Amino acid sequence: MGISDRNTEWRKQLREAVKAKERTEIERVKMPELAPEERIKSQRLEVNTGLTSEMAQREARRCMDCVNPTCMEGCPVGIDIPGFIKNIERGEFTEAAVVLKRTSALPAVCGRVCPQEKQCESKCFYLQKLKKSPVAIGYLERFAADYERESGQISIPEVAAPNGIKVAVVGSGPSGLSFAGDMAKRGYDVTVFEALHEIGGVLKYGIPEFRLPNRIVDVEIDNLKRMGVKFVTNFIVGMTESVESLKAEGFRAFYIGSGAGLPRFMNIPGENANGILSSNEYLTRVNLMGADSDDADTPVFHGKNVVVVGGGNTAMDSVRTARRLGAERAMIVYRRSEVEMPARLEEVKHAKEEGCEFITLTNPVEYLTDEQGRVKQVKVQKMELGEPDASGRRSPVAVEGSEYLIDADVVVVAVGVSPNPIVPNSVAGLEVSKKGTIVVDERTMQSNLPELYAGGDIVRGGATVILAMGDGRRAAAYMDEQFRK
Amino acid sequence: MNRILDKKYFSEKVVQLEVEAPLIAKARKPGNFVIVRVGEKGERMPLTISAADVKKGSITLVVQKMGVSSTKLCNLNVGDCVTDLVGPLGKATHIEKVGTVLACGGGVGVAPLLPIVQGFKEAGNRVVSVLAARSKELVILENEIRKYSDEVIVMTDDGSYGRKGLVTEGMEEVIKREKVDMAVTIGPAVMMKFCALLTRKYEIPTIASLNAIMVDGTGMCGACRVTVGGRTKFTCIDGPEFDAHQIDFDEMMRRLGGYKSIETERMNNYGNK
Repeated sequence: MGISDRNTEWRKQLREAVKAKERTEIERVKMPELAPEERIKSQRLEVNTGLTSEMAQREARRCMDCVNPTCMEGCPVGIDIPGFIKNIERGEFTEAAVVLKRTSALPAVCGRVCPQEKQCESKCFYLQKLKKSPVAIGYLERFAADYERESGQISIPEVAAPNGIKVAVVGSGPSGLSFAGDMAKRGYDVTVFEALHEIGGVLKYGIPEFRLPNRIVDVEIDNLKRMGVKFVTNFIVGMTESVESLKAEGFRAFYIGSGAGLPRFMNIPGENANGILSSNEYLTRVNLMGADSDDADTPVFHGKNVVVVGGGNTAMDSVRTARRLGAERAMIVYRRSEVEMPARLEEVKHAKEEGCEFITLTNPVEYLTDEQGRVKQVKVQKMELGEPDASGRRSPVAVEGSEYLIDADVVVVAVGVSPNPIVPNSVAGLEVSKKGTIVVDERTMQSNLPELYAGGDIVRGGATVILAMGDGRRAAAYMDEQFRK
Repeated sequence: MNRILDKKYFSEKVVQLEVEAPLIAKARKPGNFVIVRVGEKGERMPLTISAADVKKGSITLVVQKMGVSSTKLCNLNVGDCVTDLVGPLGKATHIEKVGTVLACGGGVGVAPLLPIVQGFKEAGNRVVSVLAARSKELVILENEIRKYSDEVIVMTDDGSYGRKGLVTEGMEEVIKREKVDMAVTIGPAVMMKFCALLTRKYEIPTIASLNAIMVDGTGMCGACRVTVGGRTKFTCIDGPEFDAHQIDFDEMMRRLGGYKSIETERMNNYGNK
C-alpha cells in the first residue's frame, strides 16, 4: 500500500512542500474541449480533450490531502481519491492509475461519465468548508487513466492464484464488468455472457462516442481479458441457456447485471408513428450499429427538426446526436424546468453550446402524422410546477388550453427505462418487485436465491454507471466471503 | 461458429440455410426467432427458425432477398460463417390439443409456420394447412408441411399451381365445411390482416406471428412496437405471436415501411457495387 498510504514519507513531504493557502488560491482547472462548430461535424469526435500533465499536476496541488477525505464517502466504489491525486501531484502518473485500478475496473470510463459533481466532488473539502469549486477529481481520474493507456504501459491488477470456482456474469455493462474485475482479482474463474454482439453494454450502445469513445471502453475490457475474464457474446442467459443448465456446467454463482433494457413510452396518441423512436433505439442505431456512417447497413432517420422528449443524460445524448446527424433544429422538450433536469450540468452546457434548444415546462400530448404515417408535428402542452412529488422535485401540472404545435420529422422518446424482463422471468422462484426489478439485500446484493446476485439497473431500475459498478463491487465482496466460509 | 452447413434455393430470391448453432438448436421451440448479422458493418435482422436438428446442432432459416442485409445473408455459401447469430428469442407458440387447427402460410411465412404445424400435429390436433404464393415457384416447403398436415390446400395468385385464388378463399372453404377450433396465420402483413378479418367473422381464435423491424431483439429498442388490443406491445419479447383479431395491421404495415426509402437507396448502391 506504499504508493497511496497517507503516512508515507513522500506524502508527508508533499503536504509540507506547499502551504494550504497557496493550494487554495489555485483556480480550478477548466477542461479543454473542442469548439462546438468543430465537434458537431462528427459523432465520433470526443468533446472533452483531457488535461495536459501541467494542468493535471497543478489541479492535483489544490487537493489538501485531508486527514479524513470526505470525497471518498461520495464514491460508490470507494476509490482512494487523495492517494491517486497525490501521485499525480508528484508526477507519478502511472502509479496514480494503479491506485485507481485497485477499486475501479473502468477508471477511464468513470473519469468521463461519472456525475462527480453529485458524488466525490460534492463532498470535497473545498466545497464543504471553503465554499470554493471542488478539486476536479473526475478530470484527474480521466487524466491518470488516459496517461497510463497512452504510455503503452498498462498495468494489470494483481490476480490471486486460481481457486477453480466458476462464476457467471449476465450482461457486460459497467456493473457486470466491475464485478468481473473484482472476482478475477480474487482468483475466480469468471465468464461474462453478453446478449449483443459487442461487449460493454450501455457503454457501447448507449453513451455516444463524443462522450465516451468505444476504443476507451475496449481497452478497459482488454485489461479484464488479460486478468483472465472470459467473454461470450451473442448469448442470452435465460434463452440460449438457462441458469439451471449453466449450473449443471459448473457455474456455482451468478451476478445479474442485465440492465434496464426496456424503453418507456408515454402512451399518447400517435406515438407509434414512423419517425418516433426510443432513445435506446436511436442511440443503438448510431453508437452500436454505426448508422451515422455511409458504409453501415443499419439505417437511422436523419431529421431536419428533431424533438427529444426528456431531461436526463440520455435525452442530452440523443439531442446532441441529432445535431451531429445534421438536424437544423434539435430540441429538448421537458415537462419540468431546467433546474429539475436530471442531466449532468456539463451535458446541458455542451448541448446548448452545440445549438440544441431547450423547451422546458412543456410536454407532448399527441403526435400528428403525414399521409405516409410519418410524424410531422408534435402537439405539446405547457406545464407549471406544483407541489413536490415523491422524488422531491416540484411536479409538473398541465396548463389548460396551452397546446401548440412544433414541427418535427423525428421524435426521440427519452423518458426512462424499465428493467429487462428476460432474465428475471427465466429464473423460477426469483423474487422480483412490482416494477420488475430483482429484489436484493442492499448490503450484499444477494437475491432470495443464495447463488444469485444482481446489481445495476436491473435492481435500481435506472441509475448511473458508477452506482452500477458499486453494486458489482459489493456483490463480489460478499460472494467471495460466502465461498470462503 | 455459425457455419453454414447447407444451402438450398427455393427460388431466385428465396434461400434456405442450415446453420450450425448447437445451443439454439437445443433451446428453440416453435415460434422462436433469431437475430443474425452479416459482416462487421452488418445490420441486425430477425428471422424465424423453421427447423432445428439437435443431433447435428443446426437450425434452418429461410431468407428472402429484400434489402442489403437479407441479400448479404443469401449470398453466403456453404462453409461461410454468419458473423453473429443469437437466440432463440421471443415467446414460444402456445401449443395444446384444441381439435382442428387451420394453418395458413403465405410466401416465406410458410417457413416459420412449419414448426408450429408440426407442434400442433404432434399434440394430437387435426391440422389443415393452406399455403399461398403468387406463383408455383414461390410455394415453399410443401412436402414438409404435408408431412404434418391432414390436408394441404395450395393457392396461387396466378393459378400456376394448386388452385387459383387468395389464401382466404382456401380458408373459407375449410371453415364452411368443418368445425375449425383455431387458426394460425404467418405471412405478409396484408395477408395476415385479411386472414384475421375472415376468422373474426367466423369467431375462430387466431394467432398471427409477426415480423417487425428490430435492432436488438431483446426488448431494448422498441423498434418492433405493435398495437394489440389498443395497447403497445413489443414484438420481440411480448410476441412474436399475438391474437390476430386484436392486432392493428395497418399501423404494422406502415411501421414495416418506415425505412423503405433509405433501404431502397442503400439497396441500389449495393446493387451497383
